[in-house]
Amino acid sequence: MWKMNDKSIERNAFLSKKLSKVKKVFKRMPKVAAFILLLLLVCALLSPFIAPHDPIEQDLMKALTPPFWESGGSTEYILGTDNLGRDILSRIICGARISVVVGFAAVLLCGAIGTFLGVLAGYCGGSIDVIIMRLTDIFLSLPYILVAIALIGAIGPSLTNIIVVLGVTQWVGYTRIIRFEAMSLSKSEFVEMAIISGARWGRIMLVHILPNVFNSILVLATLDVGKMIIFEAAFSFLGLGVKPPTPSWGGMLADGRAYLTYAWWIATFPGLAIVITVLAGNLLGDWLRDEMDPRQQLKG
Amino acid sequence: MLAYVIRRLLQAIVVIFGVIVITFIISRVIGDPVVLLLPPEAKLEERLYLTRELGLDRPLYVQLAVYVRNVLTGDFGQSFRHQEPAIKLILERIPATLYLAIVSTALSVCIAVPLGILSAIKRGTIFDRISMALALFGQSIPVFWAGIMLVLLFAVKWKFVPSSGYGGATHIILPALSAAMFFTAATARLTRSNILDVLDMEYVRYARMKGVPGFTVIMRHVLRNAFVTILNIVALQFGLLMGGAVIVEFIFSWPGIGRLSLEAIYNRDYPVVQATVVIAAFFFVLINLLVDIIYVATDPRVGKK
Repeated sequence: MWKMNDKSIERNAFLSKKLSKVKKVFKRMPKVAAFILLLLLVCALLSPFIAPHDPIEQDLMKALTPPFWESGGSTEYILGTDNLGRDILSRIICGARISVVVGFAAVLLCGAIGTFLGVLAGYCGGSIDVIIMRLTDIFLSLPYILVAIALIGAIGPSLTNIIVVLGVTQWVGYTRIIRFEAMSLSKSEFVEMAIISGARWGRIMLVHILPNVFNSILVLATLDVGKMIIFEAAFSFLGLGVKPPTPSWGGMLADGRAYLTYAWWIATFPGLAIVITVLAGNLLGDWLRDEMDPRQQLKG
Repeated sequence: MLAYVIRRLLQAIVVIFGVIVITFIISRVIGDPVVLLLPPEAKLEERLYLTRELGLDRPLYVQLAVYVRNVLTGDFGQSFRHQEPAIKLILERIPATLYLAIVSTALSVCIAVPLGILSAIKRGTIFDRISMALALFGQSIPVFWAGIMLVLLFAVKWKFVPSSGYGGATHIILPALSAAMFFTAATARLTRSNILDVLDMEYVRYARMKGVPGFTVIMRHVLRNAFVTILNIVALQFGLLMGGAVIVEFIFSWPGIGRLSLEAIYNRDYPVVQATVVIAAFFFVLINLLVDIIYVATDPRVGKK
């Protein structure tokens, strides 16, 4: 009886210690950044319900209306309208969808490719490792923006093509870091035990190595979402993104460039949306990296 | 050291060869050059003739061998659009790209390194916080937006500098600033974290205990050891820019390799696209090789590993 109580007290103490640790971690979380990313997700999911106007409805009578605080602006179009009289705020809200889809899907794809190759290289070693590492060297030396633009220009711009091209060209970072970790893990005792107990290599990679490199994948992926959003915007900016009139932040920037002299708001606000989103992603990624780095935990 | 240099050189050659093979594969995936070169109404005989002329009827490995041989002799084929050798078009654009790469790399080093050092020394102060916040912000700004905003402020609103073009000394300011922004931020953050790591080292503490003045400690002991990593990211920037800053050159109508390649992509001028990709990769590998050799020359520990 007494023993039971001791155990439960011990367990409670352990749980509350764990809980306070989790609380401490979340206390340090950049809340504004997390809120911005949450807002972005909400915009992407519910844009038709949130947007005050139809993002592709043109009204030439109201073209180039400035934001509401400028003279000639109206609160009907808070951030003004573009050259075709479309509401900028609504287009930014709806454009979030493309950014979110490309950001997450491309990261998922290149993370999957990069992790697979990284675990394979790190665990198998030998000639497989050499081949994969030389492949990463080659991909690192390729001018990736140019190659990505060239591929999209050749196979034609579409949402799927953009995601595939980004996935195929941006996996190198994952492979390099995951390979290093998988390598040291493959020499650890628990992997050796698994080998002795007859686990096959597929099972070892999936069950023993992958969960242990997951933290690094998460950090890299968080930092990468912003990068992918910038890439998508760059493609749209160069006319190689999703086809108009579907609103995308990069496309809006490109549209606004021609009207820079007398309608600064068209190019400014979608750009700000990109900057704020990417900044939020970077802040969150930095936080995750610090939290998952054992050296930082010792310090903190 | 010599063995290390030779090994790195061999590695570089393998990488360049890999790049050439990958551009070959991509060009074959992209589509049939015959279809691109001939009008849709071309006759079958014309198609067959051109296929034979371009060597496309031979087995793939023969085509690859011919392609590798041509590339190694600098022959990337004729530009579809300009009817000139692709390599000639690139060589003409190198001065502009080199100019932009040098100025913007110099700019980011001059701003980022002192900023990073000061932030590290004054760790935790307001100065450190503000400069690192600015750096994080600078890393999050996409280059095309930075370029447009710089044009909006400095060219359209205040009319300090021309909004685009190439020639006078003022033309370089905005393109160099936009191209430098991301790397300035990244270099500043990296310099700070590296200096912080080195500041913790025992030999730095020892030097301080010996009574070496603070400035000398920083210059002689700290910076010298942080130098390698800083050099690495600076080389990365220079190498990437030498391949053509595609977006910056597009925004500012800068007549460099980046704009040439973008025009070639729009016009489906694949010999030029292929040539720019290979040349950009070549510059990148060459610069990284040089940096690695500088590494060994300055830090004897690297060669021994």
